[in-house]
Amino acid sequence: MSTVVETHDHGHHGPAKGLTRWLFTTNHKDIGTLYLWFSFLMLFIGGSMAMVIRAELFQPGLQIVQPEFFNQMTTNHGLIMVFGVIMPAFVGLANWMLPMQIGAPDMALPRLNNLSFWLLPMAFGILISTLFMPEGGPNFGWTFYAPLSTTYAPDTVNFFIFSVHIMGISSILGSINIITTIFNMRAPGMTLMKMPLFVWSWLITAYLLIAVMPVLAGVVTMMLMDINFGTSFFNAAGGGDPVLFQHVFWFFGHPEVYIMILPAFGIVSHIIETFSRKPIFGYSSMVYAMASIAVLSFVVWAHHMFTVGMPLAGELFFMYSTMLIAIPTGVKVFNWIATMFRGSITFETPMLFAIAFVALFTIGGFSGLMLAIVPADFQYHDTYFVVAHFHYVLVPGALFGIISGVYYWLPKWTGNMYDEILGKTHFWLTFFSVNLTFFPMHFVGLAGMPRRYPDYALQFADFNMLISVGAFIFGLTQLLFLFIVIKSIRGGKKARAEVWEGAENLGLEWTIDSPAPYHTFTVQPQVK
Amino acid sequence: MESKKTIRNLLGIVVGMFAFGWLLVPIYDVFCEITGLNGKVTGPSFLSESSKAMEQREVLIQFMTHNNESMPWTFESEEVQMRIMTGSQQEAIFVFKNTTDREMIGQVIPSVSPGRGAEYFHKTECFCFERQTLAAGERIELPVRFIVDPALPKEIGSLSLGYTLFDITDQFTKKDKIANL
Repeated sequence: MSTVVETHDHGHHGPAKGLTRWLFTTNHKDIGTLYLWFSFLMLFIGGSMAMVIRAELFQPGLQIVQPEFFNQMTTNHGLIMVFGVIMPAFVGLANWMLPMQIGAPDMALPRLNNLSFWLLPMAFGILISTLFMPEGGPNFGWTFYAPLSTTYAPDTVNFFIFSVHIMGISSILGSINIITTIFNMRAPGMTLMKMPLFVWSWLITAYLLIAVMPVLAGVVTMMLMDINFGTSFFNAAGGGDPVLFQHVFWFFGHPEVYIMILPAFGIVSHIIETFSRKPIFGYSSMVYAMASIAVLSFVVWAHHMFTVGMPLAGELFFMYSTMLIAIPTGVKVFNWIATMFRGSITFETPMLFAIAFVALFTIGGFSGLMLAIVPADFQYHDTYFVVAHFHYVLVPGALFGIISGVYYWLPKWTGNMYDEILGKTHFWLTFFSVNLTFFPMHFVGLAGMPRRYPDYALQFADFNMLISVGAFIFGLTQLLFLFIVIKSIRGGKKARAEVWEGAENLGLEWTIDSPAPYHTFTVQPQVK
Repeated sequence: MESKKTIRNLLGIVVGMFAFGWLLVPIYDVFCEITGLNGKVTGPSFLSESSKAMEQREVLIQFMTHNNESMPWTFESEEVQMRIMTGSQQEAIFVFKNTTDREMIGQVIPSVSPGRGAEYFHKTECFCFERQTLAAGERIELPVRFIVDPALPKEIGSLSLGYTLFDITDQFTKKDKIANL
């Protein structure tokens, strides 16, 4: 624990004043706030791109944008939502809550923490600036398959590669910080199997991040060399192989999708136990389930590329290993349901989002199982069915997890309760529109509508109009969320220390005042 | 200090995984060689003694030529297909013509299908081993000499030899530029 004392030289006073507070801060709460606001801003930027996409697809034919620009929109929408919204939001929640949940005064490496955050605006500044360059931004899909992203890429691809490198460094540094904090700064008495599930979920996620972000850095470096230095990693003419790109990319990419969902599992577990007024059912099985999902995520990557021409043995291996993941995931879903079973449930906004998470994430999980079936995948591959699947696990999955976490902890951060009526309005509008947006995508996908095109065949027109209407409602509704958050910062009913009835027994964060003071747990609590 | 040790270990994982990412490139090549994936012809250019002793049979060899995207040369095989006996040396002629008015460099990448048959296809001479530089309007004929192994599994009655011709002129001028920096 001696690290804590040494790295904490900013003393016993409150935050510094003005802009420098945010530029130079080493306080985990300030950095958490920065991450969360950054992610919120990116949600609206990436969301506007989705609105452009849906506006173009409102009717068949080309109305609003050119196909070249449409491609830039799909690509940047994906990149920003994955790397700029979901991941920073989870890191922000980790910064805010991990030290408070394990009874630590701050993160283990506060200055590194500051660097991890400030790398992100640079990375996304670079990425978004390419959209204003004459050649336009990246247009090869968020998976940037070679040779689209090498031989045929606009020159701005170099900016994209640089920005991915910076994002990767930021994630790796953030993860090192999180693991070091969890291992070395837990309150005395808090053994690993007594850690809150959000802490567990982040410990596993951080390990996934430091294992796969370097691989992503490697693959974009290979691209850089192919483009600028005449190497042929992915260039068939020089003896390379574009399929190799897909293997290396998905070796990163599949663990990445669990990076985007595991912290949500942790958040939702806390919310369900709080509002069911029962401790989580099967705590240790929850931990082992997350760990097995993480381990399995390294041996399933090729299910993204069943159609490249793999030997039958390979297809069967990746099909069965993928289906195996349904078992630990099922354990988690049943545990959440068992926690709610015979609980005295109340339906505050965080609980509504958490229950919707369980129901809708499971739909995304089931469509994932359908996609895992090799012969069926040849039909589904690159259709809107895939788009429906991963949006179900990322929007009502990861994003609902984040939103429910924000509602759950917001009173702890601001000291004020959010407006419950507005919160519920936000939930029901979001719940309705998210399903209106993404459910019909299953149908058009099964009927054969391919993804990533600015136009489609006439028979898909009605469903696409519905999807677009749903997307517009969903987009507008998130402005209400912004309003609710600002309203809670500015005032409202004062929150008690435990915030939620009975929560004081559920975690250390509920034993400190609301709003949480600038410095908490300078004396570590004893955990029994 | 505890955290220093943790950080050192974690940095070790990061460096290790970065190296592993690069290692995937040779691993992929070795994997394709072992499994014969991608129809890569990797066997030796001669027959083993045990294969020589095996009974010969007739198989059908089909040739396919493709130009990659904007490659303007004409590239064809003289024969579309050949009925040959396994175990004996065969020759097929391929014709290249540079139809443009500038010097260009081309490279041919081979692939044998079905991939399982690739290891029984022994090439003794092939233009695919080297790049071809053709002056404007130049036409050349180049041979492929090969032996099909008599150990070819019975259920494979025909093999397709596909060639894709790539334009690598730009790459080479780019490489030269870097070399001259």
